[in-house]
Amino acid sequence: MSFVEYGEYIQEGDISIVFLGHESMFPIKVQHGAQTQTRYGVIRHSTDLIGKKYGSKVTCSKGGWVYILHPTPELWTVNLPHRTQILYSTDISMILMMLELKPGSIVCESGTGSGSLSHSIIRTIAPTGHLYTVEFHQQRAEKATEEFIAHRVAHLVTVKNQDVCKDGFGVVGVADAVFLDIPSPWEAIVHAKAAIKQGGGRLCSFSPCIEQVQRTCLALSECGFEEISTMEVLLRVYDVRTVSLPVPDLGSEPPGSQQSTVTYKSAVTPKEMAGHTGYLTFATKSLL
Amino acid sequence: MEQNEVLNNSQPVIKELDYVVLKREDIYKAVQIQPKRKIIFEKQWLFLDNAVGQPYGTTFDVIAGGVLQAQKPRPAGSVQESKEAGVDNRNIVDDGRSQKLTRDDIETLKEQGLKGQEIVQQLIDNSTTFRDKTEFAQEKYIKKKKKKYENIVTIVKPSARVLAQMYHGREPGKICHLRYDTLGQMLTLGNIHAGNKVIVFETCAGLVLGAVMERLGGYGSVIQMCPGGGPVRAATDSFGFPEDFYEMLHEFPLSKVNGLLDGSLVYSVEEKSEAEQTNTLDDCMQTKEEIPDQCDLVNERNDQDEELMETSSREEQGKQDKGSSNTQDSKVQDKRVKQEEKQRKEKIAAALLREKNADGLVIASRFQPSPVVLSLLKFVAPSRPFVIYSQHKEPLIECYTKLRERGGVISLRLIETWLRQYQVLPNRTHPKLLMSGGGGYILSGITVEMDVEKPSETEKSGEPACKRLKIQHAQD
Repeated sequence: MSFVEYGEYIQEGDISIVFLGHESMFPIKVQHGAQTQTRYGVIRHSTDLIGKKYGSKVTCSKGGWVYILHPTPELWTVNLPHRTQILYSTDISMILMMLELKPGSIVCESGTGSGSLSHSIIRTIAPTGHLYTVEFHQQRAEKATEEFIAHRVAHLVTVKNQDVCKDGFGVVGVADAVFLDIPSPWEAIVHAKAAIKQGGGRLCSFSPCIEQVQRTCLALSECGFEEISTMEVLLRVYDVRTVSLPVPDLGSEPPGSQQSTVTYKSAVTPKEMAGHTGYLTFATKSLL
Repeated sequence: MEQNEVLNNSQPVIKELDYVVLKREDIYKAVQIQPKRKIIFEKQWLFLDNAVGQPYGTTFDVIAGGVLQAQKPRPAGSVQESKEAGVDNRNIVDDGRSQKLTRDDIETLKEQGLKGQEIVQQLIDNSTTFRDKTEFAQEKYIKKKKKKYENIVTIVKPSARVLAQMYHGREPGKICHLRYDTLGQMLTLGNIHAGNKVIVFETCAGLVLGAVMERLGGYGSVIQMCPGGGPVRAATDSFGFPEDFYEMLHEFPLSKVNGLLDGSLVYSVEEKSEAEQTNTLDDCMQTKEEIPDQCDLVNERNDQDEELMETSSREEQGKQDKGSSNTQDSKVQDKRVKQEEKQRKEKIAAALLREKNADGLVIASRFQPSPVVLSLLKFVAPSRPFVIYSQHKEPLIECYTKLRERGGVISLRLIETWLRQYQVLPNRTHPKLLMSGGGGYILSGITVEMDVEKPSETEKSGEPACKRLKIQHAQD
């Protein structure tokens, strides 16, 4: 099993997700002889995990139980250790679709950051594609490389520790798509264009601030990119609940004929929602 | 993969019989390149013959007779020279008389064969107020006239993005008003990737199916559940998938799901009775009966919406290729061969379903989703995602409730996405004036091991028993 291929049974060396209930979960590495502490007790990997089916309920030493889930990039995104601010699945979904990624796609990405988007890209382009990801921070580049190896996807990704604005992606004329999530994306547009195949390709730049977007769009236009389009996508989550409302007394009703409350199934909105993550700018490299 | 490697990539070129998408600004149309075939696009007739041999992404001028002429590639960043312009519009009066060219004049120019750009220049030269407009207003004016008079069309490769945008813009009713970003969410929430075995139930003209197939890239398998009549795959054809992609695509009638689950479904080799023959058809084009409330499916195919797309579907081509059988006997024989083939394929699909180890379930239809998801989840392995789309919230609330009662699912989430486009221009950056009002809703979740005993009070919330006891203690 791995992040790019489903497996039925938990095996040694797997990254698995321990699900405790209602949005509470964490990743573990499954190893013979290892133990994992949870608030419901201890999970012994050798007896409780290895050989069990993914999705199984595992009883912990104190009697409570958890579910063991197969890892996916989406579960990884909400559980990974943050080294930087990350992209969440809502933006990631948009990026994957608007860049037209699919098995076999060659993608260039910078910066790698905490690897949230990287894992999703790798999953989508497997088994025949490749991700070239550039990170200018040495420790982050090393950590990302380690993680890709541990997650058994290293054959699908190349990590480069350099500055994309100065040195580009390390490859030229191969990419179907380029993704930029850096402070000054307009400085990397020239390199992005060079990285994309001659036959054309897609580009995406993610920026939190509108000033960055303006400079980037200008650079894209000057570089001959077409179909330049900026948008934002926000997630609205509903909480499904049964709500009961008291029935008002308007007088003159025969006693006992009225109910005291009436119930509805409602999709309740939360008090707050994510109002902004960043602007997504997409463009197409035209033929030249 | 070495550094600075430049792959010898031959640019993909347009070939005859390719499925392509015509594009002008934000308007798309999916067509198949067929020799000497007249296509209508944006109120114009054109022939795509000259597109063959050109690389994808080429922009063409449409010249007299509907013939395409490839444009020479423009140098990057050709900026318009700034001539004189005004400061504001306080003195500009809109009396409708500032343009000196009449409708007839413009028609004459068109007949003379002037290209769009030249007509726009003529309009500028003959406008009394143009030089008084601000720079911004001038740019806006030019953009508007270009849109009206420039006769260009770009030919692009089809993709889920392009086709989803096309359908959402032009024919949202055919895809249950699924907005393209919502489709994107579904593909990711469903972890659709190469090697998966995915069950799909959709009534979105085959768009969702095509998007799933695109993400599978030919690896793995898809079982499409069909609600009466044959599967509608108009949009799927538009993707232009290679033949071998279709080898991993199976279909299975929804009406036989219960039979499959309770074991009453049996396949026999003998010929089916006349009555059954008319019911189980590859192409619903021929049927006239069928359950009335499902003849939308038949009509969708029959419609061949001229505005949206003109594709000769693979089914039709297959029929044409086979040629016309001469005698009545050979017609009956052909039909029998078809029936047997269909039954053989159905058995394969049934076998795949019986394994009950699907890696995902995607539902996007106009049917009530609860019964569908409750049945089809039985074919899905534990620890796998499922995604249900609906144009309306309420059916998904019902699903949520029923799934909570059923148990064996976690991380149930009812969501929608909010999408906003921006105009980004120097000193003129703002969200666009018109915005999508909604793109549908998604209920997603992950399967887990079903509890063997009856779902008790503690199972309902999907939370471990220990935790609930603690909460109860806290509340006491």
